[in-house]
Amino acid sequence: MRNQTIYFKNNDVGILETATIAGPKEGEGPLGRYFHNVLKDDLLKQKSYEKAETKIHISVIKNILNKTKLTPRDIDCVFAGDILDEMIVSSFAMREFDIPFIGVYNACASFGEALINASCMLDSGYMNRVICSTSSHFSTAERQYRFPLELGNQRTPLSQWTVTGAGCTLLEKNKNLPVKITCATIGKVVDFGVRDVNDMGAAMTPAAMDTLITHFENTKRKPDYYDMILTGDLGDAASRLLKKLIKRQGYDLDENYNDCGVLIYNREAQQVGQGGSGTACSNLVFNAYIYDKMLQGDLKRVLLVPTGALISKTSTLQGETMPGIAHAICLEAV
Amino acid sequence: MENKEYLKTVRKEMPKSKHALTMVRAFLTGGLICVIGQAIFDTLKYFMPLVVEEMIHQYTITILILITGILTGIGVYDKIGKFGGAGSIISITGFANSVVAPAIEHKREGYILGLCANMFTIAGPVIVLGIAASVIVGILAMIFPGLFLR
Amino acid sequence: MNIFLLYLQVFVVGGTFCLIGQILINTTKLTSARILVIFLLLGVVLEAARLYQPIKEFGQAGATVPIIGFGANLARGAIKGALERGFIGAMTGGVQSAAAGLAGVIAIGFAVAVFSKARTKK
Repeated sequence: MRNQTIYFKNNDVGILETATIAGPKEGEGPLGRYFHNVLKDDLLKQKSYEKAETKIHISVIKNILNKTKLTPRDIDCVFAGDILDEMIVSSFAMREFDIPFIGVYNACASFGEALINASCMLDSGYMNRVICSTSSHFSTAERQYRFPLELGNQRTPLSQWTVTGAGCTLLEKNKNLPVKITCATIGKVVDFGVRDVNDMGAAMTPAAMDTLITHFENTKRKPDYYDMILTGDLGDAASRLLKKLIKRQGYDLDENYNDCGVLIYNREAQQVGQGGSGTACSNLVFNAYIYDKMLQGDLKRVLLVPTGALISKTSTLQGETMPGIAHAICLEAV
Repeated sequence: MENKEYLKTVRKEMPKSKHALTMVRAFLTGGLICVIGQAIFDTLKYFMPLVVEEMIHQYTITILILITGILTGIGVYDKIGKFGGAGSIISITGFANSVVAPAIEHKREGYILGLCANMFTIAGPVIVLGIAASVIVGILAMIFPGLFLR
Repeated sequence: MNIFLLYLQVFVVGGTFCLIGQILINTTKLTSARILVIFLLLGVVLEAARLYQPIKEFGQAGATVPIIGFGANLARGAIKGALERGFIGAMTGGVQSAAAGLAGVIAIGFAVAVFSKARTKK
């Protein structure tokens, strides 16, 4: 590792399979047909939305084991995360499996953190097969970070919609897999002093910019090296802000740049404010849509940059600013 | 880039609330809720001509709270709120909604520690400050009765 | 009195309070709890300054249905209590006159919450 960037030199950290379960609203979005499963009802006959999210998380891991015909004994470790309390969803989901578990938390960037940790384990040879999974649920996040569901208040135009769903990636140490993780840049916590809780996009933009610039400098690559550069959940306005600010630093994010939060919904029609957010946002978009495009050969090199706003209800009530974080993961299809 | 400079850019670049639209909606929703209140008041007065106005007023408030409670319970009030903004927040119905909504939300944590304990997580300050302010005004009236005699 | 005119007055007074509230929300990003508190205290102050009564006479329900009316009610009760019964009246008068609203909210809130559950927004 040099200056935040890790190169997986053995070139054998590959994606074996992915699985996703998306909520009803996500299923109606533009990526609906790419998701492996779409829920009709996001309560799943459970007593609470927290239980429902746990069930989705369990199901997605079960699905990927079924798809690959592997048993829990074939998996060395699960790196999982979510944004609920003390990560109760992932922890409770892992009660169901006889697999070692490492919990990861970087808010909505948790999926990136999981991928980087897992890739290091595989590249170094400590592990051979790992699962990276994350989940989020609109109704659990809304209650924890914002207001009760039945409260009649308006969402500001800057607010984002927490994605309901869970997704996982099964990574294997195998030189022959079509899509590989070749390098990653670990982000720093960046805080430019944004205080408006509804404006998470603006809070995360400096972190995303810092990580992107560090990545380009370290790898001596230009943005056009990638067929697709994807930030996690900046939302529409903040992703345009990022484009503008990074241009001043001499990097042009053009046609090949997009944001998972923008891709996952029909922003205007589905009334989601700036777009999607949440731990499942970048996860669902990557595991369903981007991975599919890479297998089809439409995309060769992808830079996935999950972003997270590291806040809690207590910190915002006490008037703290909102620090952001972003990790960059470079994926290449052979 | 400087912190302050970034915050300035954010303020400039990020989209703003649609003032005109939200204000018209708030005006219409708020006005309509008050008209409904007036209609309830007049109806009650028509059927109970001998009851004092103050009492009819109390009935009206209670009926409005009841309607809000039911609308919140069946999941309609949050949609009214999404449309009306302040129009459905600052009326007594908005107050009732802000009591019922957290109560429903926290029912899963049990009746005592969930529902009852969380009933006033949003409306609590209204009651605390309202009563405190009324006591202050009362004590002022006690000390300077001349100012408050009608 | 012309009933149409009366209802128009109710509509305009109630709507104007809400309009002011919306301007506050849009420009200051206040949450609903803070908006409620501000308007409640505004009601207390208006009543104490004897400005609420004329608004109420003009706007009727337009002035009593917004939370401002609740605040004015609290203040009116406290003043009345203080003038009639001294200290104890000052302490209890406000709560007494707002008792219907408070008890209504608590009893109805409890009953409704028992019979309903939170729904995901679409």
